[in-house]
Amino acid sequence: MSILQYDFMVRALLAALFTGLAAPAVGTYLVQRRLALMGDGIGHIAVTGVGLGLLTGQSPVLTAVIVTVLGATLIEVIRERGRTSGDVALALLFYGGIAGGVLVIGLAGGSAQTLQSYLFGSITTVSVTDVWTVIALAAGVVFLALGLAPQLFAVCQDEDYAKVAGLPVRFYNLLTSVLAAVTVTVAMRTVGLLLVSALMVVPVATAQQLTKGFKATILAAMGLGALASLGGVVTSFYVDVAPGATIVLLALAGFAAAWPVGSLLRHRRHAGAPFEVDPGLPHLSVPEDHRHTHGVDCGHVAVRHGDHVDYVHDGHRHAHHGDHYDEH
Amino acid sequence: MTTAIAVRDGNIALGGRPVVRGVDLSVRRGEVVALLGSNGSGKTTLVRGLMGLVPWSSGDVQLLGTPQRRFNEWHRLGYVPQEGSANSGIPATVLEVVSSGRLSRRRLLLPLRRRDRVAVRAALRAVELEDQQHDAVSQLSGGQQQRVLIARALAGEPDLLVLDEPNAGVDRHNQVGLAATLRPMVESGATVLLVLHEMGPLAELIDRVVVLRHGRVTYDGIPPTDDSLDEFHSHHHSHRQRDRTPLGGGPL
Repeated sequence: MSILQYDFMVRALLAALFTGLAAPAVGTYLVQRRLALMGDGIGHIAVTGVGLGLLTGQSPVLTAVIVTVLGATLIEVIRERGRTSGDVALALLFYGGIAGGVLVIGLAGGSAQTLQSYLFGSITTVSVTDVWTVIALAAGVVFLALGLAPQLFAVCQDEDYAKVAGLPVRFYNLLTSVLAAVTVTVAMRTVGLLLVSALMVVPVATAQQLTKGFKATILAAMGLGALASLGGVVTSFYVDVAPGATIVLLALAGFAAAWPVGSLLRHRRHAGAPFEVDPGLPHLSVPEDHRHTHGVDCGHVAVRHGDHVDYVHDGHRHAHHGDHYDEH
Repeated sequence: MTTAIAVRDGNIALGGRPVVRGVDLSVRRGEVVALLGSNGSGKTTLVRGLMGLVPWSSGDVQLLGTPQRRFNEWHRLGYVPQEGSANSGIPATVLEVVSSGRLSRRRLLLPLRRRDRVAVRAALRAVELEDQQHDAVSQLSGGQQQRVLIARALAGEPDLLVLDEPNAGVDRHNQVGLAATLRPMVESGATVLLVLHEMGPLAELIDRVVVLRHGRVTYDGIPPTDDSLDEFHSHHHSHRQRDRTPLGGGPL
């Protein structure tokens, strides 16, 4: 394949693959905790980190990691302490982050171009060191997100229960935030800070249209994330479009395709969910003459009800009983 | 030590307001105790205090013979929280939620062991949800979701099981089912503390009743008969119910 002849494309594909795997892995926990926009907030804070890096001559990735981890910790503390004013406090932090970043980058003499490469990514210009950093950080994030899945799942699902199970809940909450911060920094070069949240959330939203379980959701989301990332980079190679934006639009296209299917699945699952058994209900046969015989393909929805099947017939539940039908 | 729960002069304040006031509570090993009281009587707060979810402002609290501050045998505790919080932003199967009941017993970064899987299967069978184990919890009815949370607590094979309003929003048929689920546990010697609005079909399992009113214990003794039960919920007949059995006096 001609695309692999270019070293910069190989680097871009590797960076995209690892970002695509790591972002939805962490994003699943954020969505589970109903903090889907947290990635976006951390992305805003990372701008200040990048600015500080440019100002001090340090690696922007390094300073961004430090600043976002601090920011994520602060968000976690605010979330834990003040439940009511939480979102306002977060907003202050987010916009402080992006305004501070723009200011500091200006002070450092950085151009709009520099800022833009972090805001929207510049995956085709990543260096060999960049790629190794991305791979190492993303692999670490994926390892922890999957390895500690039972614990993180329980903490995100039911914090009180996790506490009674003896889990260090605060530690795991903090870990989720730190993983999110590291992921944002990793994705800074691929999709950019303004779009990173999309890669964390959209594949998860797509996956859960079709899945019933947590494990299936996180794995499918990682697959979809990787697919969108690789697809975005490849597309941008053949068509002259921005890779970061293409990745996000591909991920959104995936959601648009999955949503109607998920909607249909949910409807069918809901209609077909077994009725509860209550032996105490009195016998009640269908009062009117019932000429129609219910069967496998009579067109009425068949729902499991204990040891038999009820047919949903004009809003009634009909069950076969001897020579007549019962109202269940 | 033969006490599973021992509270002496326990006080809990929420946001500065005293909610649990001067409570003495003692539950022996193997006993089944129902905590009754109207809304806002402090039942749930008392239980959350016992589970370490809200701090005690004062008092002496022991769980399974250990002062609560130093308690760390989490695998011996089973807790069924009040509201079906089995729903979250991400779908989860019945099996996944019930498996998290083994968390205090499993090792980090390693898969479930055989023993864990056996316990999870037994818990699913106990609440009759074996056939639905691969279904999404969000697709289940309220009563079934409640059973998922009970199975999660049972999966941990606890010595002390605490259930907060397990019958809230559950029909009579499922209440009978819950009694049947708990009976083998009780027979094998587990201690059970139930927060209840009314005893219903669980009455036959219950050894002792503790009634809370405005954060204080107003009755502690044998379960009332059906006739006198109404008075436990009335706000006017509290005087003759103050015949508390002596606590801490003599061997329990």
